[in-house]
Amino acid sequence: MLQIAAFYILAAVALISAIMVVSAKNPVHSVMFLITIFVTTSGLFVLAGAEYLAMLLIVVYVGAVAVLFLFVVMMLDIDFVELKQGFMRYAPFGALVALVLFAMFVLVASAVVEAKVDPHVLASPTPALDVANNTQAIGRILYTDYILFFQLAGMVLFVAMIGAIVLTLRHKPYVKRQNVGKQVARTRKTGVENTKPKIGEGVSL
Amino acid sequence: MAELPVTLGMANNALLLEYLPVLVFGGIGLLIGVVFMLANWVFAPSSPDPEKMSAYECGFNAFDDARMKFDVRFYLVSILFIIFDLEVAFLFPWSIVLKDLGAFGYISMMVFLGVLTIGFIYEWKKGALEWE
Amino acid sequence: MNLASVTHDLAFMTPELVIAVGAMLLVLMGAFVSKSAYRAITYLSVVVLLVAGFLGVQHAPDNAQVLFNGSYVVDAFGGFAKLIIALTAACAILLSADYLAERNLEKPEYPVLALLAVLGMYVMVSAHDLLAVYMGVELQSLALYVLAAYARDDRKSSEAGLKYFVLGALSSGILLYGVSLIYGFTGTINFGKLMTIAKDTSNVGLIFGMVFVLSGIAFKMSVAPFHMWTPDVYEGAPTPSTAFFATAPKMAAAILLGRFLFEAFGEVVSQWRDVVSIMAVLSMFVGAIFALQQTNMKRLLAYSSILNMGYAMVAIAAGPVYGPSALLLFTAIYAITSVGMFGVLLSMRDAKGKEITKISGYSGLSKQRPLLSLALTIMFFSITGIPPLLGFFGKFQIFIAAVDGGVMPLALILVIASVISAFYYLRVLKVVWFDEPSVEIVGGLATTKVTVTGVTLMIALLTPFIGLIYTASMAAGHFFK
Repeated sequence: MLQIAAFYILAAVALISAIMVVSAKNPVHSVMFLITIFVTTSGLFVLAGAEYLAMLLIVVYVGAVAVLFLFVVMMLDIDFVELKQGFMRYAPFGALVALVLFAMFVLVASAVVEAKVDPHVLASPTPALDVANNTQAIGRILYTDYILFFQLAGMVLFVAMIGAIVLTLRHKPYVKRQNVGKQVARTRKTGVENTKPKIGEGVSL
Repeated sequence: MAELPVTLGMANNALLLEYLPVLVFGGIGLLIGVVFMLANWVFAPSSPDPEKMSAYECGFNAFDDARMKFDVRFYLVSILFIIFDLEVAFLFPWSIVLKDLGAFGYISMMVFLGVLTIGFIYEWKKGALEWE
Repeated sequence: MNLASVTHDLAFMTPELVIAVGAMLLVLMGAFVSKSAYRAITYLSVVVLLVAGFLGVQHAPDNAQVLFNGSYVVDAFGGFAKLIIALTAACAILLSADYLAERNLEKPEYPVLALLAVLGMYVMVSAHDLLAVYMGVELQSLALYVLAAYARDDRKSSEAGLKYFVLGALSSGILLYGVSLIYGFTGTINFGKLMTIAKDTSNVGLIFGMVFVLSGIAFKMSVAPFHMWTPDVYEGAPTPSTAFFATAPKMAAAILLGRFLFEAFGEVVSQWRDVVSIMAVLSMFVGAIFALQQTNMKRLLAYSSILNMGYAMVAIAAGPVYGPSALLLFTAIYAITSVGMFGVLLSMRDAKGKEITKISGYSGLSKQRPLLSLALTIMFFSITGIPPLLGFFGKFQIFIAAVDGGVMPLALILVIASVISAFYYLRVLKVVWFDEPSVEIVGGLATTKVTVTGVTLMIALLTPFIGLIYTASMAAGHFFK
């Protein structure tokens, strides 16, 4: 009973926040509502017994992705008035897309009802929670049975690293950097120079 | 197994009870926040005026937006953080079951970390971790 | 899985290992030696690709090896595709060298990202479950997004990267949604198991999921009605990146779609033939009609690629018996010809070294650069499908497959679309051969020249040996029963 109440509260908060994300005037507020969605969704994951996913949502999405969004919002030079005009212009199109998506979900739901799927097919592939919790269940197969995809995920992260640096890294030409090796390698010869300037001539550096 | 859809939908009570402290914690946080806001609203003297809310600089009206554009370097830092955040996310389940996995699981993770270490060396040499 | 079975499986994956290790070593080399090593890294990545391509053929056993608990398959079908993917990607990397150097963009990351994209394509081509499909597609696309936005100070390039990324992410979402439906309704993502489930039960959810996955892959293939991004991205991205997009990834996506439909749903052809046929007709229509009014060569080639992917869809619609070898032969010939056309495009520079992309800029090319015009003519004739040239055989094979596979109307539409498309290819050739020169055209630099000559010779010289390719594609495509 309590679980069902928790489910409906979390789901309702998530839905309302989702509406607020698109309708909020200030993009920063949108990001805040997005964080609310992440947190409530992670609550829903906990309700479903998927603890690892719930924590992942907090650590990765709230901890990193939302911060990235905030940076992006603050990096942009947004004119709010202009943004609103665009909103009204594209609202019908957005509504259409939403309607199509909704129709799709209804179709799928009706297909689920109609198909009368064999319950053994629907059976959850994870072991019962008293045998192994969600995190253990993932850990037992991810690094061994699914090693190929695990390593491919590493390659995807590798590409992301290279891509981020290629697209955004800029070195300012006038910044002087410390080069420890060069500093240490300095000898008396390279550091000091004795000159005997003649009177009235000065030294050239 | 006839009652499958129900068990699929919800976790058992024992697990959820472990989250009770989190719920209490959240409740207290919410309560304190709401109480302070309500207290302000109830006790503070209020005589609203549009001029009070308008932005000004040294007595003048604001010349432009108070918001400042961030440097794109913040973005680079946070995206590199996300990548290593995900790397750490992969480490959690591994550290829990490492005993069961044995040498194979260990090697598997070391290869994964090796790939990302190469990426890390690349980042370092490129100077992406320096702020300037 | 344990250590022994993984080492056993890895022995069949040497091409993938070569690319992955090669890419990582080249990244390190690029980081430590920096800009001066750009040329060396470019050539080394070409070597890596060639090694991987030929290893892929060598390692392709006659009877398919299913690896990693049934999620990865190494067979002749994939081996053939891998060879062509590696070859065309190597050509595209070679074409990038001069262009990027001229624009001060010569960073060692370019060839490395291309290598990693090829790794993703290899996974796509060999995928035997939906997880492999998704990982391959993501690895490939992520690298391609960066290549599209590579000229980051150029507005159009950034815009191309952004458009490509947003729409690509959407298509990945559609694909994942389909995967989740399939898994939810059947409890498996393995192609082989899906085959038996699809055969035994009529499962509405499974069909829904299949159509979603199909749409997601069609997006990557840029088949109408999922083609909207293609002209803009092709136009905005740096030309060498466009040359890359139009060749290897297209082939990989087409082969992936073929394998997905043939291996997982080959028993229920009637369930997807209509969808595929509609996409084929739409692509042929869009590719043939909309190209007529283009004035920009890159946009023209974008529509040409949509058109050709429409032909590839006809091959898929022909079904698992006749389709695979036609699909292999056609996409291989298309990819080779396409990289050649972009080579010519990259050779078109005016006196200041700026690239000429307007079709009107090609006027009188034959009087200034007769050999380049000859190369362009050979390629255009080939892609139109004029008989003695390579392109004809690919199309002809699709035609035969469509007739044998029972999709006669599609074969007729293919012929009509070919006739319409011949008009716009010939229009360009008319400008090249019969118009008066308007601007001075300087040919490409050394590496570009060598690559274009190589590809042209390949197209011209392979024609007598078409029997060889034909036999190879027939043998490679035949294991689908």
